[in-house]
Amino acid sequence: MEQQHEPAPPARPLAALPALPALPSSARCAASCRGAAKGRTALSRRSLLRAGGALALAAPGPAALAGCGIPPAGREGEADTSTDHSAREKRIAFSNWTEYMDVSEDGGHRPTLDEFRRRTGISVKYTEDINDNVEFFGKIQAQLAAGQDTGRDLIVVTDWLAARMIRLGWAQRLDAAELPHARANLSAQFRDPDWDPGRVHSYPWTGIPAVIAYNKRATGGRQVTSVTQLLDDPALRGRVALLSEMRDTVGLTLLDMGKRPEDVAADDFDAAVARIQEAVDRKQIRRFTGNDYTGDLAKGDLAACLAWAGDLIQLQADSPDVAYAIPDAGYMTSTDNLLVPAGARHRGNAQRLIDYYYEPRTAARLAAYINYVCPVDGVRGELARIDRKLAENPLIIPDREMTAKSHTFRSLSAAEEKAFEEKFARLIGG
Amino acid sequence: MLGPVRGRGPAVRGPRPPVRPLGPATRKRLVPYWLLLPGMLWLLVFFAAPLVYQASTSLQTGSLEEGFRVTWHFSTYADALARYSPQFLRSVGYAAAATALCLVLGYPLAYLIAFKAGRWRNVLMVLVIAPFFTSFLIRTLAWKTILADRGPVVSALGSLHVLDVTSGLGITEGDRVLATPLAVVCGLTYNFLPFMILPLYSSLERVDGRLHEAAADLYARPATIFRKVTLPLSMPGVVAGTLLTFIPAAGDYVNAELLGSTDQKMIGNVIQSQFLRVLDYPTAAALSFLLMAAILAMVTLYLRTSGTEELL
Repeated sequence: MEQQHEPAPPARPLAALPALPALPSSARCAASCRGAAKGRTALSRRSLLRAGGALALAAPGPAALAGCGIPPAGREGEADTSTDHSAREKRIAFSNWTEYMDVSEDGGHRPTLDEFRRRTGISVKYTEDINDNVEFFGKIQAQLAAGQDTGRDLIVVTDWLAARMIRLGWAQRLDAAELPHARANLSAQFRDPDWDPGRVHSYPWTGIPAVIAYNKRATGGRQVTSVTQLLDDPALRGRVALLSEMRDTVGLTLLDMGKRPEDVAADDFDAAVARIQEAVDRKQIRRFTGNDYTGDLAKGDLAACLAWAGDLIQLQADSPDVAYAIPDAGYMTSTDNLLVPAGARHRGNAQRLIDYYYEPRTAARLAAYINYVCPVDGVRGELARIDRKLAENPLIIPDREMTAKSHTFRSLSAAEEKAFEEKFARLIGG
Repeated sequence: MLGPVRGRGPAVRGPRPPVRPLGPATRKRLVPYWLLLPGMLWLLVFFAAPLVYQASTSLQTGSLEEGFRVTWHFSTYADALARYSPQFLRSVGYAAAATALCLVLGYPLAYLIAFKAGRWRNVLMVLVIAPFFTSFLIRTLAWKTILADRGPVVSALGSLHVLDVTSGLGITEGDRVLATPLAVVCGLTYNFLPFMILPLYSSLERVDGRLHEAAADLYARPATIFRKVTLPLSMPGVVAGTLLTFIPAAGDYVNAELLGSTDQKMIGNVIQSQFLRVLDYPTAAALSFLLMAAILAMVTLYLRTSGTEELL
């Protein structure tokens, strides 16, 4: 390592700043400086800037630069060494997405959480501080890399991020013996993801089908039923949005091209990205969106888009023009998963909460409110008692036909993930 | 240095004690430095330290699995510049356009408030600042409603055939404004307009009205008065306003994200995506530094040519 710079000088106290000649730049400054100057070295704005600049350039010598860095992630299993304080501390910090928990009519309570508190005596600090997977990961990554407690005992992240956290050894292993309901009631569809076989580290909070949505008024009554139509139909030009979630957008495109996202190879991925890129270049695609497609779709600025099913049920209630279609080629289902991050102090309490939400009655109350796919078996009867129509909605409790069309994206290695994300980022313009 | 004193000449006194209390003059000289201390500490912790950290990050290689180590990988800079130069140029272009629009919109308004508003002056100033009472994000999202495809603005522009012209120029797309360059520049202009108006106002307000009278007495026409008196005296405001608008606009990513499409992404969007999505921290840090260097160079050039160095 060649030393190009001079070694950093020891930080000097401010009082010893180099005495620079006074350069009063204007009469005004001169007047204000006079008091301090009195014929000696003046502390003028410029001398200070110059000194500060010199210090700023000199201070980060090679040593300071080389001193920074991020330590390698912990090996798998390392997360499990954190001590569980659940027996003594009857509390838990639960971080979740916004509008992902049932709220009472008056908006003041969260009924299922309140019942958990009553039943177990465990108080829950519930925070809706997750808006976006990548942002949330950016927020907690530094702490986890440093081996610190994030202050959260339970978090909900989408499957690819859950996979990454497990891969990095940043998720604690769950004790199956403490999760009787969860083990018994987890739907078969979600039992064995390739990134967490046998659900050792995670349990799904919801399933999230990505399907096609359209605004009947904006399409002039036409149905939009396939990704091909989204990408090619000239009548939709400039009024189509795709999701900025790589696995959903590319996965649905792969299915449309007759490929299985479960075993996508690099050249399949490239082909799908090229197919979308071609539509982008034709100005067919207006934007890549996160949750913010809902407003545009309801207004009709978007005629058709890829959309998450739970949003659609809520959206349809307000805007009757919004319709959805399950492509014949199949659709993508991702999951949002409960994880206990490394360093969390209350794994035992977190497990009790997970198990509580796998009791059919609790799960039904939650599903009735948030309208996403319920990953719990045996909920239909309970849900019918709350709302019969919801219980028959295949977007909440998938029937056999729906389940057969559901696909998931293969879990990716770190290198693949980086390469794929980079290509996708290029596609969406960033 | 101070050896024992030999001889006892009348002019030479004994050695002074090595530690002496600071004389009042010294203490006085140090006062400004002590007063600067809090600010300097602030800069050190929240500016210098992160800067060093980012500089280090930009020279690292690695992944989350293996960790990141400093390998003096300077070619990250060249790669980043080569790959993302379109977004760089676009950022500069959009920020320059927004700054120019802000100046065109802001100068008359600041002039009006400073010279013609009379007792409405304070009310108008509050109105200029009022948008800050809502969040940046909400204000930007509001533009999605204002510029909606079937909204009144776009319909009006369409029936006046303005959109035909702007489409021809390539700043809108067919019969829509959202998800086009025009929408992004509009959003930037709107969001940073107060940063232009405030310094303009404060320098215009200081212009002595009697100078106008004097110029008029010397047979200057109103246009001449403006060109020879008002404009030169307001130059510090113009320079400060353009800087306060251009610098944040060039690094902004919210407007491009919400109001733009894939072809309107700015360098801020790339940095965000490299940092959060691709997890390529070195490239993100290198891009940040390149942006900073580019802005610094442009600002220096601007200050040199506009001759208002006293702003520094």
